[in-house]
Amino acid sequence: MPSKTAAEDFFKGLWLENPIFRQMLGMCPTLAVTNTVINGLAMGLATSFVLVFSSFLISLIKKFIPNQVRIASYIVVIASFVTIADRFLAAYFWDISKALGPFVPLIVVNCIILGRAEAFASKNTVGRSVIDALGMSAGFILALLVLSSIREILGSGRFLGYRILGTWFEPWIIMVLPAGAFITLGVMMAISIQVERKRKGR
Amino acid sequence: MDLVSLLIGAILINNFVLHYFLGICPFLGVSKKIDAAMSMGLAVTFVMTITAVVSWLVNHWILIAYRLDYLQIVAFILVIASLVQLVEMFIRKTSPPLYQAMGIYLPLITTNCAIMGLALLAALKNYDFVEAVVFGVGSGLGFTLAIVLMAAIREQLELADVPQPLRGAGIALVVAGIMALAFLGFSGVIK
Repeated sequence: MPSKTAAEDFFKGLWLENPIFRQMLGMCPTLAVTNTVINGLAMGLATSFVLVFSSFLISLIKKFIPNQVRIASYIVVIASFVTIADRFLAAYFWDISKALGPFVPLIVVNCIILGRAEAFASKNTVGRSVIDALGMSAGFILALLVLSSIREILGSGRFLGYRILGTWFEPWIIMVLPAGAFITLGVMMAISIQVERKRKGR
Repeated sequence: MDLVSLLIGAILINNFVLHYFLGICPFLGVSKKIDAAMSMGLAVTFVMTITAVVSWLVNHWILIAYRLDYLQIVAFILVIASLVQLVEMFIRKTSPPLYQAMGIYLPLITTNCAIMGLALLAALKNYDFVEAVVFGVGSGLGFTLAIVLMAAIREQLELADVPQPLRGAGIALVVAGIMALAFLGFSGVIK
């Protein structure tokens, strides 16, 4: 692990090891809930909550978990925090909880969380694991926000529910359909690779 | 809804990959060769069918019966993880050739969100036992259809001159988008 300082631990999640564009983890929720900005944001926050707290707990108890059953233990820890997030959303934000449907419980199988638990939290100190989780969360939220903004603006001419493009604008229905999600993410992926190539080349 | 339209709906219209966005990781990861895609699809279909049965039983006979439904997420993930383990051991013992064919794909299925999604969706939609099983089989077949089609397209893409930055995941996602559009055409088949 080359990164040493806390800042490096945090910022690598934003770009160098961005979970969506670089590592291609957590693609399912990324595609499914980004039809509007508010859904994307809610999903990002819920996932971040689970990621940060399970990284914290797993890093804290890593010495007590026998190696053979570590994956199962991680999953139980993650599932507990997902249950908390799911119940919380259902209690206080019923509309959002309904719009996200099965994707809140599905955070449990989001590979970002298990991936960070296995690759980082199980090997590093509590402090670094939390910072790493915060960085990954920020990268995940960033990707969700960009994708959902593009889809909501082009798909309905709105942003956060407010109409920002005039009545002249004919909404691209395709952008709110599944097809739009795939194509937008594919193009964004290509752009991020192109940017990285330019950066490395110079 | 009668069972036939439930089955066709699960395969073509509410396709797990192209409509629910479940199982994207294996869909992108294991779709470079047709035979590998086929094995993955069959392994998923197999596990999905069993998951549909077991998760329905757990949900109705344990969770709902004892008012433990807040434990649904923990219960389902444990059921799936142990189920995949069991299936793997069973196949290794009884059918080595099948084990060779499914081999590395079986353990990967535990973290496949399509399986968890199936258990959750079946619970959410309040399917009865037979409906849940049909939904499981149909969803598995739908996944297989999507991943095999994808692999066939990607084998042809190997020969195409794709712009450098789009290679790999980028073009695969764009192709998936076009496939999703094509599958949209099926939405009039039922109702």
